[in-house]
Amino acid sequence: MGSRSGSVDPDGWFFSQANMVFGTGDPDGCRRRLSTDTGGLSVVPRKKIKVADKLEYLQILDEKARVDETLDPKLDGDTLLGFLKLMLTTRLLDERMLAMQRQGRIGTYAPIRGQEAVQAGTAFCARRSDWMIQSFREPGVCIHRGWPIRAILQLWGGYEEANDVPEGVNDTPLAVPVGSQVPHTMGIAWGMKMKGKDDVAIGYVGDGGTSEGDFHEALTFAGVFGVPAICVVTNNQWAISQPRSRQVNAETLAQKGAGYGMDAIQVDGNDVLAVYVATSEAVAKARAGGGPTLIEAVTYRLAMHTTADDPKKYRSEDEVKKWEKRDPLIRFEKYLRDRDMLDDAMHEQIVSDCKAAVKVGVEEYEAARDVDPRDCFKYMYEDMPAELVTQLAEFDEALRTEGVTIGH
Amino acid sequence: MAQLNMVKALNLALREALAEDNDVVVMGQDVGQDEGVFRVTEKLLAEFGRERVIDTPLAEAGIVGTAVGLALYGMKPVCEMQFSGFAYQAYHQIEGHVARYRNRTRGRYTMPMVVRMPFGGGIRALEHHSESQEAIYAHTPGLQMVICSAPRNARALLLASIRHPDPVIFFEPKAVYRAFKEEVPDEPETMELGKAHVARVGKDITLVSFGAMMRATLEAADDLSDEDNIEAEVIDLLTVSPLDTETIANSVSKTGRCVVVHEGHRTCGIGAEVVARLVESCFYHLEAPIRRLTGYDVHFPYFAREQAFLPGADRIKRAVRETLVC
Repeated sequence: MGSRSGSVDPDGWFFSQANMVFGTGDPDGCRRRLSTDTGGLSVVPRKKIKVADKLEYLQILDEKARVDETLDPKLDGDTLLGFLKLMLTTRLLDERMLAMQRQGRIGTYAPIRGQEAVQAGTAFCARRSDWMIQSFREPGVCIHRGWPIRAILQLWGGYEEANDVPEGVNDTPLAVPVGSQVPHTMGIAWGMKMKGKDDVAIGYVGDGGTSEGDFHEALTFAGVFGVPAICVVTNNQWAISQPRSRQVNAETLAQKGAGYGMDAIQVDGNDVLAVYVATSEAVAKARAGGGPTLIEAVTYRLAMHTTADDPKKYRSEDEVKKWEKRDPLIRFEKYLRDRDMLDDAMHEQIVSDCKAAVKVGVEEYEAARDVDPRDCFKYMYEDMPAELVTQLAEFDEALRTEGVTIGH
Repeated sequence: MAQLNMVKALNLALREALAEDNDVVVMGQDVGQDEGVFRVTEKLLAEFGRERVIDTPLAEAGIVGTAVGLALYGMKPVCEMQFSGFAYQAYHQIEGHVARYRNRTRGRYTMPMVVRMPFGGGIRALEHHSESQEAIYAHTPGLQMVICSAPRNARALLLASIRHPDPVIFFEPKAVYRAFKEEVPDEPETMELGKAHVARVGKDITLVSFGAMMRATLEAADDLSDEDNIEAEVIDLLTVSPLDTETIANSVSKTGRCVVVHEGHRTCGIGAEVVARLVESCFYHLEAPIRRLTGYDVHFPYFAREQAFLPGADRIKRAVRETLVC
């Protein structure tokens, strides 16, 4: 069943419920990573603190689709079906992009299968004037915010045109250097505070990203200046080949927020309701001047890191199978069916609509090949320096004489 | 007109920028209460308040990284790195985002921000307090790398940099901070970025320099005139990227000879770029090989050795005389 207290992960990977202790109650539990044979001497620190125990873990809809009725936000049908449509579109686009990569129609691709609920549950909390700062695995967020599917394909297809931020969208494009976008989230939120707006910035980072220095400096600033930001840590358990346990010798990633004086919570990232509830509360608090929140969404990357990666080298099939049963779509569809909000005919219609949206995106992407190669010079500076004018002329001449083709 | 040293002149530019544009914020370690490690931000906190003159956590990547976010949201941050030797911890933000955002988003998001850094030797400080790594930023597309050399141009260039629509790395030669005073106009004055300045007119040889080395170069030029009747033209680059090829090439086309002087390492330094451009643009005017008088390709020594290490007027004069006998 769902829960809203105590800190957990579904398997007790981080630590088992049975071993949970508060304060100094169980020194063995606290010290289990270290030798406790101290020959009767005191060991610093004398008062043990288990930070993880002070964190809340929020799950509303468990993997068997059982609902904690006391926590169910009882959202309206439009919102709930909106989650489903977004998660399905994201899933179908993801599948399509994997296939397109194999066909050579796009380049290396970082799939997101299994992480759809983190994206839908957070994106639905933002309003138009808020900012969303992606890492590199948030196509669901982009779709919800109004980025065309064509742009998502262009990014992985090698076209800068991908980053023509749509009119009226206040978001940043995908950030490749891991974790480097977290300070931007905090800076944007800080700007909102400076300008007296009640907007918020919602930024994403992965479990691996929480090891980067930028993450820590960003949280330092966020805490000190009390900025209206939500840092969503998509803990998908794997940083390429390295498990979550290799990122930090702490029981949760959420507790990193506590280290910087930020509110933090761990949620079941495969439960779209829990993600939505935690994020919407954090957003409301930030708008009201209550400062930043870190949300660790515990989920799983069901596919490879990128199409250049073979996860069989570092993780077991059993582990993947276990997480496949926790698929965010399976439990959420059941939730809707149990409430008579979804039936086979509706589902078929929604899937068909989502497929049509993906198809349009693919067609637009493949039709947008006629791009100007010289654009890579055009946007470097407001005024192009003389040396660059010379180099552009050189490039132009090379294009004319060599008959270079664009694309792949 | 007021007689100001470089610290006061830079302070004046910051005050003017803060006063004229509410989106400008000054941020960095010790810039508020302590008024900056070199006092460049003196009295700014008192005048503009802690929302605009911001003491940040001691975290260079955090300073520049959050400034990127501020710039995305329409602010114009002016960041201070206490010493350029500490800015490597922010370099990934500078190269990865500050320099790239305009191009990445095809003009939608720009980075109207300035990162100020004291650079160069001469203040008898610890390791990492004396290097001149302008070439790293000059080698990074998307940045303007500006280096002031005297109080008046320091004020004019800093004000122009803050008003500039694109990101500027602004190097301040700390050896010059309080070395001398100059007349600085009371009214806001700016200089166009990307333009070199002919600091001394001459016909026999062109000396190209910037930053604190301008003093030694000008001193050498005066001595050469007095002692050898050699009239050197001295060019102060002021912006090392984008480099003002035209001004240098015009001068060398006239003199046929050139010595480039800087503190930074020789290999792939600014001198290397100057020489390459001169070879490309005025090869047939050259009467002698172009000399580079620079910091050696070793780490900047601890301060007991720094005066021996740095190019001075005597070393410049010898290089000029050798170039002229070619």
